[in-house]
Amino acid sequence: MVQQSVFSVGQVNQYLKAKLDGDRVLSAIAVRGEISNYKCYPSGHHYFSLKDSEGALKCVLFRSSAQRLRFRPENGMNVIACGRITVFPRDGQYQLYADGLIPDGVGELYVAFEQTKARLLEEGLFDEGHKKPIPAYPGTIALITSAAGAAVHDMIRILRARWPIAEVRLLPVRVQGTQAPAELAGALRYANAHRLADVIIIGRGGGSMEDLWAFNDERLARAIYDSEIPVISAVGHEPDVTISDFVADLRAATPSNAAELAVPDWREMSQQLDQFSARLRSAIIARLEEERGKLHRLSGSRVMTDPMTPIRDKRLLLDWQRERLISQMQALTQTRRSRLAGLAAGLDAMSPLKVLARGYSLAADEDDHLLKSVDQVQPGQKLRLRLSDGSVDCVAMKKRKDVADRAPEKEKL
Amino acid sequence: MTRLEEIVSQLERGEAPLEQSVALFEEGTRLIQSCSKLLDSAEQKVLKLSKGPDGEPVGELFADGEE
Repeated sequence: MVQQSVFSVGQVNQYLKAKLDGDRVLSAIAVRGEISNYKCYPSGHHYFSLKDSEGALKCVLFRSSAQRLRFRPENGMNVIACGRITVFPRDGQYQLYADGLIPDGVGELYVAFEQTKARLLEEGLFDEGHKKPIPAYPGTIALITSAAGAAVHDMIRILRARWPIAEVRLLPVRVQGTQAPAELAGALRYANAHRLADVIIIGRGGGSMEDLWAFNDERLARAIYDSEIPVISAVGHEPDVTISDFVADLRAATPSNAAELAVPDWREMSQQLDQFSARLRSAIIARLEEERGKLHRLSGSRVMTDPMTPIRDKRLLLDWQRERLISQMQALTQTRRSRLAGLAAGLDAMSPLKVLARGYSLAADEDDHLLKSVDQVQPGQKLRLRLSDGSVDCVAMKKRKDVADRAPEKEKL
Repeated sequence: MTRLEEIVSQLERGEAPLEQSVALFEEGTRLIQSCSKLLDSAEQKVLKLSKGPDGEPVGELFADGEE
C-alpha cells in the first residue's frame, strides 16, 4: 500500500465531521433505544447513552432542549431521541445531539413531528427574519378554521368586542382528517390570491395530538411560509405546539388568544384618542398663551404705547438748533455792521467834502484838472471852484505868486 | 394613531412656529375626529366566504351561534 499523505488526528476528525454533517439521514434522525449512564451536569446539559442488544450510541441533550422535556428521563427507559449525529472533534467520538426526547411507544407521530420540525428548521422556514409584523389596525381579518365548533365563535365574539370596525371573513375548512392539510393550505393560498384580509388567523380548538395533526403538515407549513398576508397560528390549548406555530408570523396559545393578538381594543383606543385630544388642546393653548405673552410684552414697550415721543423729542431738538442758528447769525451780522459803521466814519472823516465844509474850495481848470499852483493858471483862464455845496465857474483876473521864505529854500533844494 | 402620537408630542415640545403649530393642531383634530367616527360607526360584519363558480370569493352573512 502506497501512503499518499499523512493526516493529523485533528484533520481526520474534522474530515469525518464534515462528512457526517453533510449526510441528510444523519442531520435529522430519530433513534430508538434504552437510556443508560444518564447524567445531568451543572451546566444543565444532559449526557447519556442509548443502547439496545446490538450496541450503544453516545447522546447529549443541551439545556435548552432538556428544559422542554415533558418527562424526566431515567436509566432503563425506552425512548426515541431526535436530533443529528456528528463528531465531537475533541475526542473523535461521534454522538447524537438530541433536541427532542420522547418516551417510546407514544407513537410514530412524535417521530414524524420531530423530523419535519428539524428539516423545516434547517430549511429556514422558522427564521425570525422572515416573519412579518401583524398590522396594528386591521380592516379585515380572515379566519381559516372550522365553521362548526367553539373556536370560531370564541374568535368572533372577541373580535366583535375588541375591534368591531373590522370585517371578519370566515373561510370554512375541515381542520382534521386526511383532507384537512390540503384544505387549510388551499384556503391560505386562496386568501392570498384574492387579498382577502390584512391578517389571517389559522387554527382550531383543542383536541388530541391526532386531532391537531393537520397543523403539523408540511404542505400547510409551506403555505404559511409563502403567505404574504401575516398569519397568526392558533392551534389547540397552550401546551400544544405544532409545526404551524413555528412557521407562523405569530403564535397564539389558543384561538381566543389569537383574536386578542390580532386586533387592538377599541375601548383602549377610544381612551387613547381622548387623551390625545386633551393633550393636543392643552398643547395648543399653551402655545397660544406663550405667543400672547410675547405680544403683550412687545405691545407694552414704550415705542408702542407712545409712538410720538421720539418724534416730539426730535422736534424740540430741531427748534433749539434753529434758535441757535438764528442767534448766531444775528450776532455775526451785528459785528459786521458795527465794523462797517466804524469804517464808514473813518472814511467820512477823510472825505474832501468835509474839508470844503470848513470853507476851503478846490480849483480846477476847464478839463477838471485840480490846480495846485498859480503857475498852472493864466489870467483870463476859465476856472471852476468847487465849494461844499456846489461849484462856481469863474475867470482868473490876475495872478500873484506868493514870495514865501520857503520858496527859495525849495529852489535851493 | 402613530401620526397622531407624532403630532401631539411635536406640539407639546412647542418648537414649531405658531403657524405650523396651528396647522398641526388642525391635522390632529381632524385625525381624532376621523378615528372617533371610525370607532363609533363600528358594526361588525361576519361573512362566510365560499368560492363562486368563477373562482371569485362569494360572501354570505355568517349566522353566529350566539345571536
